Amino acid sequence: VKVKMLSWNLDNYIVPRNYDPTLHPFEVLQEYVRVLNATKLEGVFAKPFLAWLDGHRDGVSCLAKHPKSLATVPSGVCDGEVRIWNLTQLKCIRIIQEYVLAFVGLLFTVGDDKTVKQWKIDRPGYREGEEAITYNIRKDTGIDHHWKEAVFATCGQQLDIWGKQRTNPICSMTWRFDSISSGKFNAIKTLILESCTSNRNIVLYDMKQATPLKKVILDMRTNTICWNPTEAFVFMAANDYNVFTFDMCALDTPVMVHMDHVSAVLDVDYSPTGKEFVFANKSQSREQRVICVKWTSDSKYIMYGSDEMNIHLWKANASEKLGVLTSQEKAAKYYNQKLKEKFQHHPHIQPTEQCIMKEEVNHIKHSKPGSVPIVSEKKKHIVAVVK
Amino acid sequence: VGEMETAPKPGRDVPPKKDKLQTKRKKPRRYWEEETVPTTDGASPGPPCNKKNRELCPQRPKNAHILKKSRISKKPQVPKKPREWKNPESQRSLSGAQDPFPGPAPVPVGVVQKFCRIDKSRKLPRSKAKTRSRLEVAEAEEEETSIKAARSELLLAEEPGGMGARRRRSCRVLIFFFFFHSSLSQHFDLNLRQFGPYRLNYSRTGRHLAFGGRRGHVAALDWVTKKLMCEINVMEAVRDIRFLHSEALLAVAQNRWLHIYDNQGIELHCIRRCDRVTRLEFLPFHFLLATASETGFLTYLDVSVGKIVAALNARAGRLDVMSQNPYNAVIHLGHSNGTVSLWSPAMKEPLAKILCHRGGVRAVAVDSTGTYMATSGLDHQLKIFDLRGTYQPLSTRTLPHGAGHLAFSQRGLLVAGMGDVVNIWAGQGKASPPSLEQPYLTHRLSGPVHGLQFCPFEDVLGVGHSGGITSMLVPGAGEPNFDGLESNPYRSRKQRQEWEVKALLEKVPAELICLDPRALAEVDVISLEQGKKERIERLGYDPEAKAPFQPKPKQKGRSSTASLVKRKRKVMDEEHRDKVRQSLQQQQQQQQQQKEAKAKSTGARPSALDRFVC
Repeated sequence: VKVKMLSWNLDNYIVPRNYDPTLHPFEVLQEYVRVLNATKLEGVFAKPFLAWLDGHRDGVSCLAKHPKSLATVPSGVCDGEVRIWNLTQLKCIRIIQEYVLAFVGLLFTVGDDKTVKQWKIDRPGYREGEEAITYNIRKDTGIDHHWKEAVFATCGQQLDIWGKQRTNPICSMTWRFDSISSGKFNAIKTLILESCTSNRNIVLYDMKQATPLKKVILDMRTNTICWNPTEAFVFMAANDYNVFTFDMCALDTPVMVHMDHVSAVLDVDYSPTGKEFVFANKSQSREQRVICVKWTSDSKYIMYGSDEMNIHLWKANASEKLGVLTSQEKAAKYYNQKLKEKFQHHPHIQPTEQCIMKEEVNHIKHSKPGSVPIVSEKKKHIVAVVK
Repeated sequence: VGEMETAPKPGRDVPPKKDKLQTKRKKPRRYWEEETVPTTDGASPGPPCNKKNRELCPQRPKNAHILKKSRISKKPQVPKKPREWKNPESQRSLSGAQDPFPGPAPVPVGVVQKFCRIDKSRKLPRSKAKTRSRLEVAEAEEEETSIKAARSELLLAEEPGGMGARRRRSCRVLIFFFFFHSSLSQHFDLNLRQFGPYRLNYSRTGRHLAFGGRRGHVAALDWVTKKLMCEINVMEAVRDIRFLHSEALLAVAQNRWLHIYDNQGIELHCIRRCDRVTRLEFLPFHFLLATASETGFLTYLDVSVGKIVAALNARAGRLDVMSQNPYNAVIHLGHSNGTVSLWSPAMKEPLAKILCHRGGVRAVAVDSTGTYMATSGLDHQLKIFDLRGTYQPLSTRTLPHGAGHLAFSQRGLLVAGMGDVVNIWAGQGKASPPSLEQPYLTHRLSGPVHGLQFCPFEDVLGVGHSGGITSMLVPGAGEPNFDGLESNPYRSRKQRQEWEVKALLEKVPAELICLDPRALAEVDVISLEQGKKERIERLGYDPEAKAPFQPKPKQKGRSSTASLVKRKRKVMDEEHRDKVRQSLQQQQQQQQQQKEAKAKSTGARPSALDRFVC
């Protein structure tokens, strides 16, 4: 009779694994306990506040992102000062005295004195004076720079497109007699512009043909809009009390309505991944208002400028560990994220990241906005779409 | 010039071509040309259409030579089909070599089934299209991953033990005919006649053994290296002994109370709330020690926190028979009225009660997958029940002696201790119940059996009897491939510490013990339907119900009231017709089922001679 017995050859010993489900009968329950632990730890490690940037003498009215450098952030103030900050050192690099209403990106400022000035970010050398190229224009309220070409747009009574070193706009577009409050270039379809007017409209423009394309009339005025950096046709409109996500091709129904705001939404910005956004609310309980908000280009931090004359820097993911992670930390992070996704519908596990900071800068995920129980809710806010 | 002038004329081209073919050598076969050169029996040249050829496409490389000669008479070749439509068999390399094993490597279906976790037979309530598509994606993913997991079984290093030809009945255990020297050390006999019949317990990894004698002798050792960890006499009767989560702690059910000892013999705790305990069971994933006492209470003690989670009154008198179901951590208690009751610490009442025997139940054991329960009773029967499903007895056997002790091994072998004899029954494979026809092995011990346990991950059975402890070899009992991160018999101190911390962090709460341990992963259909009802009440209407048909407004007078009504009628009638068709189909199905049931029942008429058939 042939008999075979189990015997171990300890020379071949590494930690062997057997994934047979009969050896792991409680895998579901163990994963559930792991998710509960992960959720608790997230609460323990949630420390989103990072720093203040002090120095302005009036409420910060606008912030901008440097397209190439993560650390450089210019901020502008109502009383006419522009400061350029370095975020890694949390210091102000440069101060420009100028009455400023809005500015954008690299170098341009739009002033109350009806000028647009172009500045250099770096400090002028010793003995060199401040230089600024000036464009004289009518009173304008907003400015945006093209993503690729050396062209910028200003908006006021109409939408003007300027080239560098030209005293007259290349073209100017308008639809009836609206005064336009802000305009933005699309990041992907770089020839398309979008603007919000005081007439409760949102108008789309085509730069190539130099005409407006379509417009949508909402029931309340839009304060700003922001294009989705990863999806070409989607933009978000910060309305009073609501934030809408629109698809450019189908403006008659917004893709999603993000409700549940107590007060007017003043500014909205997308994360560079295009999946999350942050919006700034005007809080009624305190004097402070959050006027402008921006998400840094590495999708890790959120900065906002408030009436408190400073800029706050917060972590986008409140319990995230910053810095270089070891491979075990990364693996644990991804595993916990995936587990939370899997068990998100269970009652004891909180829905993903509803981190509500002070001063009411809210951070929510794009994929799970406020509820829209009845379809007509979406249509409720749209008055008309005009081509 | 002359050649250029002869512009190709379709009418004329055919005869010169024929001549060319006749005089020329046979054309060399190009790699893009098909193998299936059609025969000369007038069959259409090449396949009629691409799709059919994909299935048929008979490969006849040998015939190609013959057929080439007959190319003259055949019609011109159909242009070749695109490559993707070719059968894998028909693809050839330039050298002519062919893949002898085309397609992906086959995976045994049984192994794939083992890793499938979604129960596809369960019907979910109708949901939105988005949810349904997500579920489909999840099911497809699960299939893919289970195939991959089945392939990864190749990496399992060990194979289970086994025995060759079947021996005749009432054979003795083969102690002498083994091949590997290490197996010698696995068989040993400890002659301890002084301190009474012994009960024993292996630790979860199978490396350590603890035993306690009726007259107070308690010892713990590493039985592989035969290194003694501790040996004490507790000066009291020892009724049962169990390792806690690791080999560091022992629970001893003494005459009066429950005591917890260190593996060095130091008494750590005396738990007075658990008094007159007869049986102990440790639930490893929940860190719960279940105790059954003479007073009729089933007490759950959480050993990580040190609290008594639940003290349940079983209301059935003295509790003497207890076993745990390793699949769902449910405790099975056997009672003197022949019933087995299933308990969970979350409920005050038993989860289920199964009537097993006509007399009292003397022993219960559940296999490691939680599918079969073996019970033996005072009526000398040994029965195997199906636990996942019908709770009906699958097989029965009458024993000359009642079996006082039962145990299952990891691979489904069942051992019964009857007096001083142990019988081991084996099934076909791991998944099938042990067949009670003929015992696989039998062994007689030097005294009546008091404790039985298979060693995890080893082909060894430990028997505690009145003459001491015997460790028997049973080929094919242990699971050959352990999971190193789960229970590893060869772990170092560091690995044990890491494992202990992780196990404590993942400790399953006691209130989640129920009959189906995968219940949390299923869709909670009850809450879903309740939520739907509440929503309908709150909103006043059902948002997901199909909206009534609204005919589209048309121009040119086609939207008059009469035509609108007509269009609505049409749609209503069609829906009505669908309903009628469905109900007819259902009726037909029911009739068929009834017929089949009748046919079955007529075949199984009981006859008086049935008792002579096994």
